[in-house]
Amino acid sequence: MSGTATVPDSGAPAPAGKQPTAPPPRANRGFPWTELATTVAAFVLAFLVGALLMIFSDPKILSQPQYFGYLATQKVVSAYGALIDGSVGSWQAITESTAQAAPLICGGLGVGLAFRAGLFNIGGQGQAIWGAILAAYVGFSWHLPPVVQLVVAVIAGVLGGAVWGGLVGWLKARTGAHEVIVTIMLNYVAAGLLGYLLTTSAFQRPGRTDPISPVVDWNATFPRLAGSQLHLGFVLALLAAVAVWWILDRSTIGFTIKAVGANPNAAATAGMSVARTTIIAMTLAGALAGLAGVQAALGPTTGGTPVPLSNGIVGTIGFDAITVALLGRSRPLGTVLAGLLFGALHAGGLAMQSIAQTPLTLTTVLQALIVMFVAAPMLVTKLLPFLRGRRVGTGVPSSSGGLA
Amino acid sequence: MSAPATPAVPSAPTPPPPAAATPGPRLESAEKRRQRLSTGVLIVVVGVLLLVLLASTHGASRFALSNAFDPVQLPTVSLPGLPTVLVCAVLCLLAGAGFVSGRLHGRLPAVAGTVAGIAFTLGFLAWAAAGRDLPFPVSNQFAGTLSLATPLVFGALCGVLCERAGVVNVSIEGQFLVSAFVAAVVGSVTGSLAAAIVSAMVAGFGMAVLLALFAIGFKVNQVVLGVVLNVFASGITGFLFDQLVSPQAEKLNSAPVMAALPIPGLSKIPFFGPVLFSQPVLAYLAVIAVVLVWWLLTRTSWGLRIRSVGEHPAAAEVVGISVTGVRWSAVLAGGLLAGLGGSFFTVGATGSFDKDFTVGNGFIALAALIMGRWNPVLAALMAVFFGFVTQMGSQMQTLSTPVPSQFLLLLPYVATIIAVAGLIGRVRAPAADGEPYEKG
Repeated sequence: MSGTATVPDSGAPAPAGKQPTAPPPRANRGFPWTELATTVAAFVLAFLVGALLMIFSDPKILSQPQYFGYLATQKVVSAYGALIDGSVGSWQAITESTAQAAPLICGGLGVGLAFRAGLFNIGGQGQAIWGAILAAYVGFSWHLPPVVQLVVAVIAGVLGGAVWGGLVGWLKARTGAHEVIVTIMLNYVAAGLLGYLLTTSAFQRPGRTDPISPVVDWNATFPRLAGSQLHLGFVLALLAAVAVWWILDRSTIGFTIKAVGANPNAAATAGMSVARTTIIAMTLAGALAGLAGVQAALGPTTGGTPVPLSNGIVGTIGFDAITVALLGRSRPLGTVLAGLLFGALHAGGLAMQSIAQTPLTLTTVLQALIVMFVAAPMLVTKLLPFLRGRRVGTGVPSSSGGLA
Repeated sequence: MSAPATPAVPSAPTPPPPAAATPGPRLESAEKRRQRLSTGVLIVVVGVLLLVLLASTHGASRFALSNAFDPVQLPTVSLPGLPTVLVCAVLCLLAGAGFVSGRLHGRLPAVAGTVAGIAFTLGFLAWAAAGRDLPFPVSNQFAGTLSLATPLVFGALCGVLCERAGVVNVSIEGQFLVSAFVAAVVGSVTGSLAAAIVSAMVAGFGMAVLLALFAIGFKVNQVVLGVVLNVFASGITGFLFDQLVSPQAEKLNSAPVMAALPIPGLSKIPFFGPVLFSQPVLAYLAVIAVVLVWWLLTRTSWGLRIRSVGEHPAAAEVVGISVTGVRWSAVLAGGLLAGLGGSFFTVGATGSFDKDFTVGNGFIALAALIMGRWNPVLAALMAVFFGFVTQMGSQMQTLSTPVPSQFLLLLPYVATIIAVAGLIGRVRAPAADGEPYEKG
């Protein structure tokens, strides 16, 4: 045990915020150039693997080996061209990226905050579902005046996520139930309850037999900048990031969270309540994931109205959020950037699917590959030797992986 | 997570928990006491729940012991609904009271727990079946349990091997998904079940190589890595499915389906024969795998090495064991098992694959592993428990109980949360679980 629990991966300043112990290489530099270089390298490698996958899974290319070079280039260029075009090619595309990024940022902040407390919040999905359910319910059934309805809907959704996340923290603190199991199971329970609610008269749209809710009121829809997809939700996501930064770096509870995450025994010895911190951290994480669900329920689509509540309303936000948090190294600024990148990848993926007929699932592969390469800087430096000596950490307390 | 072997404690061998060594029956650690009380309270609550259900129990509860197609037809057992539920409720209350009073010693707590579990299940089913048009199909219940549990058992065993060696494996789901996909495609192309299963094992092995490479080689945080590998598996199978398989489903997505293989003689036993001895090959293999993994872990030097690198890698290194080597071997062996489990989803069921086809079964296997306290036999039993509850939920849908069907489908998840929070409580993982090893 001793000696093994130190942060692996030489010189990684793993949980950020432990500045005093950070090794000199990072402390000397103002801007994390090394991290940037590795991240860029990870992107390049991921897109390279993605291109190979695209080429070697296309029967049209494989059946005409004489034109292999031409067809392969054409395929990759058209797919990645559409990807770039659809994510940053125009003002409309950029704002679509921010719209896609907003829930990812919120969810990623939730997962990251829990990471910092040494908790693995796999339950972002369930928490986001509750956020979406309550926000949408207020949105389509309460009919309050402008502004008020939006505020109430957002608060309801955030509370829903907070309760669902806090439940995990409470169970863990009281009974020791492992949060990975409980969050996974609560994801299913939340999804099942959403399915049930959509069959009740309170939620199902009148006159419909399929599980879909009425459309959210205009008063509860996030206002957006005319002619774009840049809506209030993105601003809320940025504000949430600032709030998380403040909590982690400026508040007492943030200090406690980081202390418990770094070493619960030491934190308990220093007089901090591990149980209370666990509950608070999971509640905050749930609230943030709930906000991600609110984004899914109240964010306007290109048509102007939000997507009505249905079984797939939050998509895979909860799981994408984990990759966002990892790429962002569980730090607020990093999470915002990672969320923007993956949001752009999603927005571009949609364009890639419709224009270049390349399945959207390729972006899922890219997303996983990027995170894998970023998480394993040693692999990147092995593949690209000129980056040697530039290593980065993941920002996750690396020793707390034990499922205990 | 509260005790993730923190760096600040430079303890050499972890001291045994004080409660384990206490001689007197009267001395009970606070932890054990809380555990006992929460178990007792849970059982009492369950008993009270049965009493409440009593109000809506009318008529007789019928249980069909054989399926319409079984060669030997057994009678349909009819129990009077009200008295059955009442007796079960009283049994639960007594067992719960026993736990709460703390007067149970020796083997009694285990007996009381078993009685309570059986009484609750029987009482609940008696309530659900009372006065319905159809009897509750008992043999379907057991047969369904086994087929739901088969992949879970493989997944849990995979997890046991990995985690006893100190590598957390959250990517059982990803291993399932990739091997299910490969089994469907290879099975369709070759038309051979054996080829499908072997290729699924190779696929599980491949995913295990990724896990080992990143977890052991590059020392990436293992829980996060597992989640990312799951995303990767979902992405790559989804992409290949969209791009390659789905346009030519006839050729690439119609694998042969594994038929049940009745064991001669044994399968003729009434009731037990069709349930236990007329299963697909993979179900028998799952049972063999449980015994095999148990034997490997506890009776071979390889197993001893696995356990030693999972508990105290530094000590293992000192006596000349290659920590990374043993961990690699354990993770790869686990990958083969997960591959077998994954193949069951396609060639064991319909023969075709669809996107995200394993719907979270890998996570359930992970839960079974933790609930089974990293013990292969207990983990397999937990997998069977999960299969049982899932099957019960779907069987009860046919009985038209007043409970909405969506809630019945949630039964296994809620049961797991209750079991984890109320019965299992704090579990102790292998001490070095999830910690990358740095040569000292």
